Amino acid sequence: MSTVEKFIPAKKYNTIAYVLMGVGLIAAIALYIATHGAAANEEELHRNHARFWASLLQNSVYFLLVVNAAMFFMCATTLAWGGWQIGFSRVTEAVSSAVPVIGVIAAVILLAIVFGDNHVIYHWTDTEHVAHDKVLNFKKGFLNKGFYTAVTLGTVILWSFLGWKMRQRSRSLDTNPPETVETRKKFIWDNTVMSALYIVVFALTIMSSLPWLWLMSIDAHWFSTMYSWYTFASTFVAGIALITLYVVFLKNNGLLPAVNDEHLHDLGKFMFAFSIFWTYLWFSQFMLIWYSNQPEETIYFVNRIGNAGNPGHYAGIFWTMLVINFVGPVLIFMSRDSKRNYTIVTFVSVLILFGHWLDFYQMVFPAISPNKVPAILYDMGIGLFFVGLIMLLVGRTLSRYPLVVKNHPFAKESVIHHT
Amino acid sequence: MNVKKFVVGNFYEEAVLFPAVTKVRRAGYKIHDVYTPFPIHGLDKVMGLKDTDLHIAGFIYGITGTATAVGFITWMLAYDWPINFGGKPYFSLPAWIPIMFELTVLFAAVGMVLTFCWLCQLAPFVKKDHFNLRSTDDTFTMAIECTDKTNEAEAIAFLQSVGAQDVEIQHREADWWIGRYDRETVRFGKKVPQI
Repeated sequence: MSTVEKFIPAKKYNTIAYVLMGVGLIAAIALYIATHGAAANEEELHRNHARFWASLLQNSVYFLLVVNAAMFFMCATTLAWGGWQIGFSRVTEAVSSAVPVIGVIAAVILLAIVFGDNHVIYHWTDTEHVAHDKVLNFKKGFLNKGFYTAVTLGTVILWSFLGWKMRQRSRSLDTNPPETVETRKKFIWDNTVMSALYIVVFALTIMSSLPWLWLMSIDAHWFSTMYSWYTFASTFVAGIALITLYVVFLKNNGLLPAVNDEHLHDLGKFMFAFSIFWTYLWFSQFMLIWYSNQPEETIYFVNRIGNAGNPGHYAGIFWTMLVINFVGPVLIFMSRDSKRNYTIVTFVSVLILFGHWLDFYQMVFPAISPNKVPAILYDMGIGLFFVGLIMLLVGRTLSRYPLVVKNHPFAKESVIHHT
Repeated sequence: MNVKKFVVGNFYEEAVLFPAVTKVRRAGYKIHDVYTPFPIHGLDKVMGLKDTDLHIAGFIYGITGTATAVGFITWMLAYDWPINFGGKPYFSLPAWIPIMFELTVLFAAVGMVLTFCWLCQLAPFVKKDHFNLRSTDDTFTMAIECTDKTNEAEAIAFLQSVGAQDVEIQHREADWWIGRYDRETVRFGKKVPQI
């Protein structure tokens, strides 16, 4: 078993990444032209502009949270003293290395929306409006530009810094392996402390407050305490799918010698379990609102799926994403053999990544374009930009460092891993 | 009764057991079973055991549970005794999903436990013969079934050559029975005291 192998991206790999980014840029420009043309009145013009920015918001936030989920996977498994993931931990690290770049893009887009003079997306930024709105006036302590900016910047900086720190710790093993039992113990302990720190940051951001600000405040009057967990579950399962895709890709290139069907099986189990977890949270949010039937709460679902005998404009997208994200993974991944089959695992991973993208789509757009579904192909095109960007960044990081962390104290656990 | 003749050997190390199982299988002997005090990862693969179908049974039980819940609640709340809860439709699926989920889990769990017991022939009063009681404590016991063509002396010599200890010929009941263990059973080379 060779342990010095590195991933060298084929020319085709980078070409595909650049082509995808090009398609994304073209889609963004096309959408800009389509939405910034003449409009019947000023309100429609504002709505058109908002539709452009909402597309950027949805895509950048979704892909930022997906790559950041790799960070969470890394820290959660480290904190649990897991050993099985060491075989492909460089893949997880490479995926998480996209956080700073996409984080900056997302922060720029979000702050541009908040500080722009278009208040369609975040109508709590309109001071005139808030002064006359009892509910938004009450929420002013939380929904204001200063707090939003501080949380957004703080989050992106902390995620980037702590992620860099974790990656540095792992990379230090290549040049400076711990020789004695004592130094190995110390390495594991320091890793544990570091990832515990990250988990705290994670809990304070994506698991509690961040989706409220970034996504839920688009429907500023509406609120749900489950929302952040629901968003987290969505991105975590998509993040695992992304890691799995890279593991399969590298295995197909004859790399990652320590990874076998057992590891793939465990990744499949993660996707299976967290698809159910996502549905559990989705349903908990839905059922409580459906059951108590309070108008200020049900409005969220009326905008999406409509009410009895009167289907909403987003009903199709809504039910499609529920089928893709729940029924698909659960039925396909139920059997043991399917979790060990490269083709099926790849298929479900792509399905999950697309399904949760669709989930984010129906989170963002119904409040901005309530009367018709915007042309979704533009948004998919812009999504391709981020796919290309992730491919480029992950490929670059993968090619820089050895793919096997052979000096990690738990490396053997990954090699002999057996489910 | 189905008493058969076995060549039984004891192993003290996993590192000896694994290659021994491979060699014994390759030599063409029929391994009746390998008894270990704890589950050993990978032993099933080395022995060539096929995957269990328990999970398929579990899926069927789960679906049965879901169907029972949907059917029963629908019959109760939509047909037999409809009650208006806060203006909700009689057939209000979201409210039933927790019960559907719970009955799915209940049926799958109970069904699978019982099926597992049945597959492993475990039940109250059901007894099975032991080859070596130390396989419940600290050694791994391998039993090779003797057929008409087995040369016993050769099998014993072969088992010893792959690292087995205390190799001997035993006549044992291969099936289960209801009742109690024979009072004359010899444990650790001593007669079992009368209970």
